[in-house]
Amino acid sequence: MISFENVTKSYGQTVVLKDLSFTIDAGKFVVLIGPSGCGKTTTLKMINRLIEPDKGKIYIDGKDITKVNPVELRRTIGYVIQQIGLFPNMTVEENIAVVPKLLKYPKEKWQRIVRELLEMVGMPYEENARKYPSELSGGQQQRIGVLRALAASPPIVLMDEPFGALDPITRDTLQDEVKRIQRKLKKTIVFVTHDMDEALKMADTIIFMDSGRILQMASPEEMLRNPAHPLIASFMGKHMANSGATLTAADFMRTKVVKVPRTAHTLQSIELMRSREVDSLLVVNDDDTYAGTVSIEKLRTEGKAGEEIGDMISNDAPVVYIRDDARAAFDCLMTSPTGYVVVLNPDSTIAGLITKTSMTKALGEALWGEKIS
Amino acid sequence: MSWIEFAQKNQTLMLDCLVRHIELVCFSVAAGMIISIPLGIFLSRYRKLANPVLSLAGLIQTIPGLVMLGIALVFLGIGMFPALVVLTLYALLPILRNTYTGITEVDKSLIEAARGIGMTGAQILFKVELPLALSSIISGIRISTVYIVSWATLAGLNGAGGLGDLIWTGLATYNSTYILAGAIPSAIMALVFSGLIGIVKRLLTPRGLREVRV
Repeated sequence: MISFENVTKSYGQTVVLKDLSFTIDAGKFVVLIGPSGCGKTTTLKMINRLIEPDKGKIYIDGKDITKVNPVELRRTIGYVIQQIGLFPNMTVEENIAVVPKLLKYPKEKWQRIVRELLEMVGMPYEENARKYPSELSGGQQQRIGVLRALAASPPIVLMDEPFGALDPITRDTLQDEVKRIQRKLKKTIVFVTHDMDEALKMADTIIFMDSGRILQMASPEEMLRNPAHPLIASFMGKHMANSGATLTAADFMRTKVVKVPRTAHTLQSIELMRSREVDSLLVVNDDDTYAGTVSIEKLRTEGKAGEEIGDMISNDAPVVYIRDDARAAFDCLMTSPTGYVVVLNPDSTIAGLITKTSMTKALGEALWGEKIS
Repeated sequence: MSWIEFAQKNQTLMLDCLVRHIELVCFSVAAGMIISIPLGIFLSRYRKLANPVLSLAGLIQTIPGLVMLGIALVFLGIGMFPALVVLTLYALLPILRNTYTGITEVDKSLIEAARGIGMTGAQILFKVELPLALSSIISGIRISTVYIVSWATLAGLNGAGGLGDLIWTGLATYNSTYILAGAIPSAIMALVFSGLIGIVKRLLTPRGLREVRV
């Protein structure tokens, strides 16, 4: 179990961590995620005392880690970094056995460990143990990096964006392997990433950080269902939208609409429609509330030059409010005689317009998770 | 009379000069290593000091050898010792600079990995930094050695002996045979030392650090 209690850290004027408190249960896969500079790596490096807090305490299994010699502490915590950091002057076997050797394991013991670990990731001992890191592919190197962290069977393993530099296919394989190893060996893993896909795939618990604070600490499912902050929602992007329940009329509307006051004159309005290439206008009252719509046919057939358009307003366009469920807005649109739905703010001013085009765009975005222009 | 005939006729003299020359080179390079390698390690820990110290060592390098020997003559007298002091000073810079840069150019992520998995400062130095800086350090020793083989001929002026003795005698008596008998063996010696050190460097470089052969 790892606990942070009111941990604060700053470099000069910049505050990196603000009064951070959380607890990680033993045997859990915990992912720290957030935008660059959010403090996730600093948090990770505090667990093995590569960085010391200015204020606050960190406990591992109830023990204040500042009371433990940092070198001893680090030998009981595995560490994997993005740059892999295998020692190029040592063979694969020597690299994996570094920590067991530092801990003075007898030779037959660390040799057995190396053999077992290599088998576990499908890299036979005979073929690989005597190779140097430069003779391995990037994915194989990081496998060895992970094995080095596991060699002395530490209960906790820290991983700092370990797969960030690998190609997507290798990354996927290694994610599966690490998850499998973690389940099998029941390690507590603290894993830093900025890739939400990776976090959702690997984590039992996700800790989302921003500007040195935790915005949300929750299971992946919970975070998907109820992101506590817009930033988290934007990080989840495409995953979020699948849960349609949270969508409202606001998600489907376009906000660029052409409004005219009811006191506008006929010719002026026709001119406006022509320049904006629209066939109807939204008409507003003097207090900016929605009054109705006016179409080009109506103006052409009934309008007289110089007259105000107030008398020609019709109210056949369906109206929804901005917080209304997306489904309701969708149904309105399908049955709308005008081909559009007017969206109003709670104070009856115009918020936007749902057209078939805006609906299609929004559905596309929801489906594929990216902005469609 | 060619210098080879001369050498054959004066084997004892030649051997004395050669041995003395080798002694001058080996002792001064060894002393240079003993001072420079620890100093280079020290500077890699206190990098603010690196620039002033390296500049100072560079400054020594720019003082002409004759001037240095003159100064040594005044303060330390004649013989082998003053010559060794001067040669050692010249041996310092290449070894010092290469030790320092060799260590400071070790990939930072390796140092972080080493620290993160629980190596002590000394373990990081001996298991990671020095092995990785070794080839650079040996290159420094090689440069120093080649320099010192040629600088050591000057030491003849100071009564330290060596192949320089033959050269200075030849210069003083307009005798080209003497000059060649000193100059050519010293040139060959520089090449031989350089080659030997190159072999040592190859042997000490682990396979993982050599050029990857495809």
